[in-house]
Amino acid sequence: MPASPSPSLETRPAGAFSADAAGMMLTLTVAGQLCGVQVLSVRDVLGVQVITRIPLAPREVAGSLNLRGRIVTAVDLRSRLGLSPREAGKGAMSVVVEVGGELYSLLADQVGEVLSLDAGERSPNPPTLDVSWREFSLGVHRQGDRLLVLLDVERLLELGA
Amino acid sequence: MDDLLADFLTETNEGLASLDAALLQLERNPANSAVLSEVFRTVHTIKGTCGFLGLPRLEGVAHAAENVLGLWRDGTLPVTRGGVTLILSAADRIKQIVAGLEAMGSEPAGDDAPLKAALDAAAAGEAPPKAAVQAEARAPVAMEALIAAEAPAAAPPDAAPEISAGGVNAPQTIRVAVDVLEDLMVLVSELVLTRNQLLQLARSEENAAFAVPLQRLSQITSDLQDGVMKTRMQPIGNAWAKLPRLVRDLSNDLGKRIELDMRGADTELDRQVMELIKDPLTHMVRNSADHGLETPEQRRAGGKSETGRILLNAFHEGGHIVLEIGDDGRGLNTERIKAKVVAQGLATEAELATMSDREIHRFIFRAGFSTAAEVTSVSGRGVGMDVVKTNIERIGGIVDLRSREHRGTTFTIKIPLTLAIAAALIVEAGGERFAIPQAGVLELVRVGSGDGPKVELIKEAPVLRLRDQLLPLIPLKRLLRLETEAEKPDAESFVVVTQLGSQLFGIVVDRVFDTEEIVVKPVAPILRHITIFSGNTILGDGSVIMILDPSGIARATGLGVETAADNGAMQAQSSRHLGRHTSLLLFRAGEGAPKAVPLSLVARLENLEAARIERAGDSLVVQYRGSLMPLVPLHGLMALPEAGSQAVLVFGDGVRAMGLMVDEILDVVDASLDMDTAGVRPGFLGSCVVAGKVTEILDTAFWLKRGQADWFEPATAGGGRPSVLIVEDSGFFRNLIVPSVIAAGFDVTTVVNGREALRLRDAGERFDVIVSDINMPELDGFGLARAVREGGIWADLPMIALSGRSEPRDVERGRAAGFSDYIAKFDREALLTSLQQCLQPALVR
Repeated sequence: MPASPSPSLETRPAGAFSADAAGMMLTLTVAGQLCGVQVLSVRDVLGVQVITRIPLAPREVAGSLNLRGRIVTAVDLRSRLGLSPREAGKGAMSVVVEVGGELYSLLADQVGEVLSLDAGERSPNPPTLDVSWREFSLGVHRQGDRLLVLLDVERLLELGA
Repeated sequence: MDDLLADFLTETNEGLASLDAALLQLERNPANSAVLSEVFRTVHTIKGTCGFLGLPRLEGVAHAAENVLGLWRDGTLPVTRGGVTLILSAADRIKQIVAGLEAMGSEPAGDDAPLKAALDAAAAGEAPPKAAVQAEARAPVAMEALIAAEAPAAAPPDAAPEISAGGVNAPQTIRVAVDVLEDLMVLVSELVLTRNQLLQLARSEENAAFAVPLQRLSQITSDLQDGVMKTRMQPIGNAWAKLPRLVRDLSNDLGKRIELDMRGADTELDRQVMELIKDPLTHMVRNSADHGLETPEQRRAGGKSETGRILLNAFHEGGHIVLEIGDDGRGLNTERIKAKVVAQGLATEAELATMSDREIHRFIFRAGFSTAAEVTSVSGRGVGMDVVKTNIERIGGIVDLRSREHRGTTFTIKIPLTLAIAAALIVEAGGERFAIPQAGVLELVRVGSGDGPKVELIKEAPVLRLRDQLLPLIPLKRLLRLETEAEKPDAESFVVVTQLGSQLFGIVVDRVFDTEEIVVKPVAPILRHITIFSGNTILGDGSVIMILDPSGIARATGLGVETAADNGAMQAQSSRHLGRHTSLLLFRAGEGAPKAVPLSLVARLENLEAARIERAGDSLVVQYRGSLMPLVPLHGLMALPEAGSQAVLVFGDGVRAMGLMVDEILDVVDASLDMDTAGVRPGFLGSCVVAGKVTEILDTAFWLKRGQADWFEPATAGGGRPSVLIVEDSGFFRNLIVPSVIAAGFDVTTVVNGREALRLRDAGERFDVIVSDINMPELDGFGLARAVREGGIWADLPMIALSGRSEPRDVERGRAAGFSDYIAKFDREALLTSLQQCLQPALVR
């Protein structure tokens, strides 16, 4: 998929930030599963990037990349979620999030759009949810016939040490 | 105004600025003990300092206010509105006096008695509760009246300060929060990186329109970087401020007389570095006082003055700051250290026997090593020299010591001026690039191709025989698990010879690129557990690259023998003394002691057929590589062998060659040249013990002149090759440059620093052009250029500067010092072109 940062990020109406923002989710796809991260923690969405491998790093760490002079550590969501690796030749999109003052890039297969989700409609993890997802899920939203898993970003980045 | 007073005023103004706000907060919330404590502290500090400075008015007011505040703090007196007003007016009075002090340098005249009386009354008010209540009710009115009444009296002295406020004596310094400076530094670092990227882009573009503004931007960025660095610089004296008191207390506790001598307190270094060395420094001073110095009785018995001395010395050297912490005490007890080393199993008796005292002393940097016979209250808190060493190495510094029994011990710490920007060598291993901080890199050795040095295996451990020392090797690829299946064992690679304290080891990499100034950034928290990396950075081409930490690498492989007690087979090899020795060629010639010559001076060893040797007049010659080579018998009356062969040491400098005839070549050995010059005879420099035998060391120059009287005359005199003097302290760069310059048709002479070069000038040596490094010990390139231009036989010679930094600013500086050209170190092509250009005018003439 070509680099097409979700346009709705840019066209977000000013002022819609306060109350609604907390319910705004950026959707992304990992191994066919639709998931979402809170827009508030997202700093950037990038197309396929040059990523420097980091030897001895945890398996889930894909490497580091340069985002306008800041070093961003990339975490491969497929690897983190214990899923099969991406097909060779298929690049990953970078969703750059800020956690604890540090920038991390979550590598996803595709990045979708920004949705406004009502926290009231969120349901707990269904028992059918794959066990590899359950650990990092804050809950699920029903999107038509699809299920959106809300990702726990901080949990995803509890790596190393 | 003296400095002390100026500091006091700055501090007091700062305190007063927050005092009003704090008091008002207190008034709103009298129960806030934190604010109350802060107010009390501020006033207390003012009182204490002005008592010391002799400012009676200020002291009186502050004292009276402090009394009230003290009672509030203790809870004996409730905080009241009236009371706060009273304190506020005291604060106002303090401000008035301070303003007067600033304007005139002394306290203005004035009467504070009524204010003090009111404060005292408030303080005494707690005794009869009724009065307190009344005071509370009445205080505001009373105070207002009081102030009103006083105003006229106070007016005359106040007038002056008001006029001159912000005038001539306005403070020349401002205090800036450290965070602001840190942010600035980060921004400048980013700017430097961006600038580097732009320069890289511009390089590939010929005649770009933005080349000129970019040059300017580059220069401004460098200046800005310098400027911001300066703001972070603090005199080392700030880190020493607490030491006199510490030493005084220690001297009381220990019953010793100690004099603390601090030199170079105004030497500046980055505040971040300073924070990091403060504790190790304190620890070392404490050690000196506790372990190093003797008691007055012991000193008297040893014929020393009763007062022991601790010397702190700081000075700049290259891009580093050097700190010395020395004492004139008893020195380290070598025997006791040896006993402990053996007891702890760190080395065997046999190993110790081969070590110098200095190497043995370095064992005190090992973990858990304390030589104090008993643990005293002062030292022995579980913080040993190993922690000091680790902390210093963590910031890229090195620590070493010198000790002589009964004469004292001196620790030397060498640390970089700043941690933010460092020079690094960019290398590649397993297809990935990494940065190795240049501070610890001694040299680069190419291995595995052709006849050059090769990696050998001792059991499983790879080693490199480097100048007959065994250097333990760490293959970076294997360490980082970047090895691929089909690995050619003999593939060409490079060994980065790295020094960590006294320890030498080699990091094996696939390729070596360039050196680059890098901005060190910490790695993300999820990667901090990988101790092999000290940070990461963005290179000029925009790529992210990890910075290797040599001490982390050494630890990870069990090589960090001085910090980690865990060992492997490697340790025994690596802890072998790796002191500086010279390889000597041993040979026999005539009767008497064996002879030796430094191997590096000998070009080749030949066994010539006797029949080939011819007589030409009084001398012997041989046809050798297309020309006639004179042969000199080392032994005056050596008979020419009728048949068989003749062993010859060939000396040569590219154009001329000379052969020295010897009886037999014995061996190549490693020995330190501790020369004894007693009974020296012509042709020899002296004698020393090599491999257990007294050996005479050949004076090569003497024999070369025997062979060719004009050996040391410049070859250009005869219209031959132009000669170049290369001044470069790094063996690595010498080896890099010299062969290509020789290959380009020059005669090369090398010296290791500017001082040596000037010695050649004063000896009347002549050259056609000088190539000089910038950063060198003793006398650097700029100093050399200036000295050359000042006069003497070299005053008009072209001079080319070689430097790792070739930014416009550096070039400018080089030209100002007298260099004709300025070239980046790795740019061999540019050097050769420049050499040709430098010589052209001379040829035209």
